Amino acid sequence: MQALLALENLTKTYRSGGTQLTVLADVSLSVGPGETCAIVGPSGSGKTTLLGLSAGLDLPTSGTIRLAGHDLGALDEDARARIRNEHVGFVFQNFQLLPTLTALENVLVPIELRGGASPRTAAAELLARVGLGDRLDHYPVQLSGGEQQRVALARAFINRPQLLFADEPTGNLDGDTAQRVADMLFELNRTAGTALILVSHDLELAGRCGQVVRLRNGRRIA
Amino acid sequence: MVLFSLSITLGIAALVALGSLGRTLRRTLDEQSKAVLGADLVLSSRQPAGPEETALFERLGGERADEVSFASMLSFPGREGTRLVNVRALTGGFPFYGRIEAEPATAVEGFRNGDGVFIEEGVAQQFGVGPGDAVKLGAWTTRITGTLRRMPGDSVSFANIAPRVYMAGSELPRTELLRKGGLVRYRTLFRLSEPPPLKEVVKANQAEFRRLHFDFDTAEKRQEELGRALEDLNAFLNLVAFIALLLGAVGIASAIQVHVQQRLAQVAILRCLGASMASTFAIYLAQALALGLVGSSAGVVLGAAVQFALPRVFRGLLPFPIRVEFSILAAIQAGLAGVGLSGIFALLPLLAVRRVSPLVAIRAAFETRRSGTDWARWWVIGLIGAAVLGFSLLQTRLWYQGTGFAVGLGLAFVLLSGTARAIVWGARRFTPRWLPFTWRQGLASLHRPQNRTGTLLVSLGLGTFLLLTLQFTRSTLLHRLFPPAAAHQPNAILFDVQPDQRDGVVALLDRLQLPLLDEAPIVTMRLKTVQERPVAQLLTNHIKPIPGWILQREYRSTWRTHLAGAERLVAGRFVPRIDATVTPIPVTVEEGIAKELGIGVGDRLSFDLQGVTLDCQVAGLREVDWRQVRPNFFVVFPAGALESAPAMHVLATRVANAGESARMQRELVQAFPNVSALDLTLILETINNLVEKVGFAIRFMALFTVLTGVVVLVGAIVTGRWQRTQESILLRTLGASRAQVRRILFAEYAGLGVLAALTGIVLAAAAAWALSRFVFHVDFLLPWRDALVALVSVPTLTVAVGLLTSRGIANQPPLEILRQEV
Repeated sequence: MQALLALENLTKTYRSGGTQLTVLADVSLSVGPGETCAIVGPSGSGKTTLLGLSAGLDLPTSGTIRLAGHDLGALDEDARARIRNEHVGFVFQNFQLLPTLTALENVLVPIELRGGASPRTAAAELLARVGLGDRLDHYPVQLSGGEQQRVALARAFINRPQLLFADEPTGNLDGDTAQRVADMLFELNRTAGTALILVSHDLELAGRCGQVVRLRNGRRIA
Repeated sequence: MVLFSLSITLGIAALVALGSLGRTLRRTLDEQSKAVLGADLVLSSRQPAGPEETALFERLGGERADEVSFASMLSFPGREGTRLVNVRALTGGFPFYGRIEAEPATAVEGFRNGDGVFIEEGVAQQFGVGPGDAVKLGAWTTRITGTLRRMPGDSVSFANIAPRVYMAGSELPRTELLRKGGLVRYRTLFRLSEPPPLKEVVKANQAEFRRLHFDFDTAEKRQEELGRALEDLNAFLNLVAFIALLLGAVGIASAIQVHVQQRLAQVAILRCLGASMASTFAIYLAQALALGLVGSSAGVVLGAAVQFALPRVFRGLLPFPIRVEFSILAAIQAGLAGVGLSGIFALLPLLAVRRVSPLVAIRAAFETRRSGTDWARWWVIGLIGAAVLGFSLLQTRLWYQGTGFAVGLGLAFVLLSGTARAIVWGARRFTPRWLPFTWRQGLASLHRPQNRTGTLLVSLGLGTFLLLTLQFTRSTLLHRLFPPAAAHQPNAILFDVQPDQRDGVVALLDRLQLPLLDEAPIVTMRLKTVQERPVAQLLTNHIKPIPGWILQREYRSTWRTHLAGAERLVAGRFVPRIDATVTPIPVTVEEGIAKELGIGVGDRLSFDLQGVTLDCQVAGLREVDWRQVRPNFFVVFPAGALESAPAMHVLATRVANAGESARMQRELVQAFPNVSALDLTLILETINNLVEKVGFAIRFMALFTVLTGVVVLVGAIVTGRWQRTQESILLRTLGASRAQVRRILFAEYAGLGVLAALTGIVLAAAAAWALSRFVFHVDFLLPWRDALVALVSVPTLTVAVGLLTSRGIANQPPLEILRQEV
């Protein structure tokens, strides 16, 4: 089976002051359709850098990234944005909703950016699935943290992505809400067949994934 | 924040420059008090001095000069073209004070010696002539001795209609232009001997001046009038500059609001560490005052530079050349106003500091809410109102003008802020779903949390409103006063046509295939009594005063058998013809002047026609459309009453273009040297020039407001950049292209610009309507073209400034989204 995401020997270095800083060194990883993968490690281990490179938010200093069959290194930023829009969904620790849009409108943003017709019914159904059927017209400021993250979940799934990146999806939520959001994440992974890559400090959450990548000082140790 | 402090810089700069200008004007006026008239006393009359007048002149004593002035046509032998000019034949050493500015300097002596004429610089430029070239005035062909730049005592505003041509009085007979019945003004100019003071001389002789029908002018009176006019202009421009300063203060308040919002956690920490509410508040107030000080200091420096441009801006409006000197006092006053207003306006957003709970330091989501009215807020609003009112009252001499300005300005702010709120509300609820996402998202930014839509709409809208009000009013006035004439309406007037020349002039028009559209004989007379009461008595009536100019003016009346095209009878009847012996003579009076005189149908009045009394009775009242270029009259006599009086004729025709007008004037001056022709386009041009000069000065000051609006816009975008960048990064992460992000920014700024323009247009239309209706008494006409220009230019400027200030936002790497602090 061809990998949906294939990272080979990724290295990322930055210049900081006068010194060269290697934040990721020679990391390889492969995730197939519908699979789940957790990236764990202490702060500063390179988790976020790896997630950003995997999603095409940045380019490596060396190594290759193939996402949904595309070599991201060969594409410019606009082309990578198109790939993200067509194949990828995101869930962030701090929700990242547009404050000027309602819950329903926020869910529709990825579709709107593609220029397609707005599937308002599908968006409303997704919101209903995450338990926000009665909050369609609420603005982010009118929603609790957990509710905002559920809107973000619905947004992540609206364009039926092949791969979902989640960066500390439960990091800002209390225990019960975090549990509920995590359940939804895995349920949507199962039902939609979407591959899931998540970054988390929460080892219990990471343990629910099929593959766990451990990083330390920018190197994959497991 | 420093950028925001610059938002008051332009307002301060304008105030400093105007303050320096005002002081310079007052000083120059004091220094040149007598040069503004060129003499101590000027007596003017429509009649040449007789024995009684000469005796009065002798009694007044001192040094004397005489000036005879009238309109005539000046031609240039061997060249194309003739020009209506105001001939001034001077005898004696006028001006007694100040000096004539001429080129070459010897030209003054030349014309005094009778070597030729001395013409206005503009005419010389228009016809490409200069010293030594030949000119023809009536029957006199002579040379130009030089060109005139400035003559003490003259206003140059209307010099375009009839530019001045000076000649020696001794040469006047050679022109053969003085004929009986012609419109001639005789001025006698005095340099009085030493005391008694001028005021006493005038007081002692005022009754005699009136009895002999003299208009009089004194250096003191002229200085006072001029001083008042200049003070008014300066005060008005100061108020315009003050608007720029107020906008800047709003900008600073807006910056403080953002600053405070972003630092609420810091405030809470300070409170946790034991800082009192007052000391925390004082820290932020000091920051606001520091911003005011930075902005004000920059404004003083800029103002010192701008003041050197002002003499150029006011060129053509001032009766004397000025050299503005920097006024330390003006700088201190403006600087204090800047710091003070910044502090007062900043108080409003700073009030939030008082309500921050120390708990916020522990739990960010904790919000302190207190119910009930925050009286401090109302105190601050009252303080702002008092500051604005105080400044307005300081600038205007009349309390109701200052109050009116402050109230009007408050109203404009309320309307603009109200509109902004309505727009924010409307953008949230009514943005059409069918719009592309980028447009919807851009417009949604108008109601994003901590949006600056209100501040921006006020700052951009107020500038637009100011400039457009001026433009709308100007267009309405020019259009209403000079509507595009219909084909049958006259646009050229021939005057000073003597009775024996009338048929010849008509034949000339016929030969040139120009229509004779109207004509009237004119007899000049003065009002003697109204309802049996002598004018002299009415002049002293302070209970129900009639304006002096109405009682003392020279009435140019006519006789005819019918109502003219520009008038209609509104009361009584029009008597077409009477027998010469009928008395009182049944006349019709223009309704406006009848109202001023307090007379109606059946009332009596009498005129003095060169010593003969004409007893009249008002038979009817006429409404006259003064805008039509026709011979219009306050008093019309029936045929049969005035035919034996010395008269001159006025004829009206229509010329198709400038070439036809020039040809007519050329042929006319050749055949009838004393007849003058006035082309309507010249009047239009002159008034347009005058309006343009005043308008330019006001626009120059209003520009400070517009630029302040732009600075506030830049500041608001810069402080909102973080928020925009976050949104851009999120959208880029979700798959938006750079072009889409730019389109969203474009939509936001375009939306803001269009709304500011629309608000400005609506407010300006309302203000111009009110000005037209209540001040100028003309119907308002919305100049669509000006409105459209604003509707395009304001959004273009906003988008240009917005996109320029937002450069780089669309290029932010999306990876940043993963690195944001939570």
